[in-house]
Amino acid sequence: MISENSRLLYLQLLRIRTFEDRVGELFLQGGSAGTMLHLSIGEEAPAVGVAEAMEPRDSFTTHHRGHGIFLARGADPKRMLAEIAGKEAGYCRGKGGSMHIADRKLGHLGANAIVGGGIPHVVGAGLSYQLLKVPAVSVAFFGDGAMQQGNLYESMNLAALWKLPVLFVCINNQYGMGTRLDQASASLEFVKRAESFGLVGKEMSGLDVEEVKKEAMEILEMTREGKPAFMKIDCYRFHGHARKDKSPYRDQNEEAEGRKKDPLKFQADRLLEQGVSVSEMDSWHKKVADEMDEALNFALETQEPVLNSMFEDVYAPNLTHPESVGSRIDRALYSDILLGDSR
Amino acid sequence: MKEMTYRDALRLGLQESMQADPTIVILGEEVGRYGGAYGVTKGLLQEFGEDWVRDTPISEEILVGAAVGAAMTGLRPVAELMYVDFITLAMDQLVNQAAKIRYMFGGQISVPMMLRSQGGTGRSAAAQHSQSLEAWVMHTPGLHLAMPADATDAYVLIKHALTLADPVIFLEHKGLYAQSFPFNPESAPPWGRAKISRSGNDCSIICYSRMVQRSLEAAAQMAELGVQVEVVDLRTLHPLDMETVTKSVRKTGRVLVVTEDCLTAGVSAELSARITEENFEYLEEPVLRMAGEDIPIPVAPALEAASVPTNESIKQSILKLMRKK
Repeated sequence: MISENSRLLYLQLLRIRTFEDRVGELFLQGGSAGTMLHLSIGEEAPAVGVAEAMEPRDSFTTHHRGHGIFLARGADPKRMLAEIAGKEAGYCRGKGGSMHIADRKLGHLGANAIVGGGIPHVVGAGLSYQLLKVPAVSVAFFGDGAMQQGNLYESMNLAALWKLPVLFVCINNQYGMGTRLDQASASLEFVKRAESFGLVGKEMSGLDVEEVKKEAMEILEMTREGKPAFMKIDCYRFHGHARKDKSPYRDQNEEAEGRKKDPLKFQADRLLEQGVSVSEMDSWHKKVADEMDEALNFALETQEPVLNSMFEDVYAPNLTHPESVGSRIDRALYSDILLGDSR
Repeated sequence: MKEMTYRDALRLGLQESMQADPTIVILGEEVGRYGGAYGVTKGLLQEFGEDWVRDTPISEEILVGAAVGAAMTGLRPVAELMYVDFITLAMDQLVNQAAKIRYMFGGQISVPMMLRSQGGTGRSAAAQHSQSLEAWVMHTPGLHLAMPADATDAYVLIKHALTLADPVIFLEHKGLYAQSFPFNPESAPPWGRAKISRSGNDCSIICYSRMVQRSLEAAAQMAELGVQVEVVDLRTLHPLDMETVTKSVRKTGRVLVVTEDCLTAGVSAELSARITEENFEYLEEPVLRMAGEDIPIPVAPALEAASVPTNESIKQSILKLMRKK
């Protein structure tokens, strides 16, 4: 009996992996804007598992390795690749690129190139939901590198103190750029750190996307009620830090072992056991490859921003002042939520 | 005419803004039960409740970072940093996050927040509680910067700032809070416009915040010597009203820039360079600068007072500019 959930989760993993391959091709063809491309191959299951457990209204911030999370939350790969290529049709008009992609409508409050930089924003979003009575959760995704940043602990403290609907998700890929986790962190007891602030803590493997989704759903249910939580999900970064990094700082045996922990292969095996045929799986691969090829072509062909656009968006265009509260809220995130008598 | 203290004007501006906009939330160190280290938020907790006037831990990065996130998602936070010196702890959230979110994200996301703080000398609070750090803010595209010099501007600027769609840094002066000023909001120019605080034909002083007061006092003394000094109060450093500045400069041909922040790479350097570039052929003399000394602020009252422009030192600079020394 083939599970629809298993199939959908596999397709999401596959889309991310294929997307990341196209990002690499874009780079090799000289079509990417700059050299800052951080692939998340090997980290697809934490991205898909948590993203699939979230509700459409929930918001999130990501780190500079966040392509997969955004894609799993419903991003259009065309506009993503266009953004990575620095094109006007990209999510951020070609001003943000790979490390600063965002989409207000999908609740993506921004990828951040400062390690840990976006974590405090979910605390603020949680405060908005609490005060405006929005039944949403805000989720911060970050890597193990951010575990040594002070703002994470300031954020955990405030989220717990104010009982905010906030989930902190550490996708532990074992390396902060070229430094292995145990060379950067005096203690590896990350869950204890979170628990010491009164957060719900969970540590798990990021190999099985279905397990991640199941755990995330349970945790999010609590979080939605104002119980902030922390998840540490272990996986392995298949490639180097950025596109050109061949990771000379890593042991080859370690890499080979690490790459055996492949969330895609794990889910594919599960589907084959459930009775999916190889030819059916091939057809999925073909479909996803076509989707991503189309996105790549779009990114390469769509137009460059006009030069004058560099001066736009530094400040808001002149609005009629004072702007009404309602129209500001509409622009903020939730046009469907009435403020009512929130205060 | 009605009088009001700078502190009361700020509080009234905040209170009326909160009454008009139910999404304004005040976050900060000691803003609630204590009523604000300088008393600006006193009584607001009682009026609006502890959900909307929130004491935070002494934890500046999350204070500013949470304000950024809240602003992105529907609230209009007013974050208070007790002293502007503490901005260092929140610099990533201010400079890399708040200031750049609209731009990096292609105009999709607004950050309508305010960061209120106070700076300057005058209470012997020494090197870590007395700085004037406006140049750091002014150097960052994406931020608005208001620095009121009197009660009327404290009130009108804070009220206007709380309708803007972008982050505003609102810097008050610790030496002004307890002072009373004539209060006449109808007389104030709009946001982004400087005002001529005193009219004169012989030379122009360009200044803001507490230095307006000192410049006005120096100008009054100069009038007794027959020199008519025009005093231009910038009110906001972003937007910067070069139109009003230029008009004054071209009228008088002599310019003294007076700021409390330290001289090197300070606001006075920027103003002086712009005035010179845009008005070179109208200048009778090179633009002069009076600014804080390039030292950390010392605690000894006599040293502290001597480390920033005084009425007397401003007067001496005007005499120099008029070649009357």
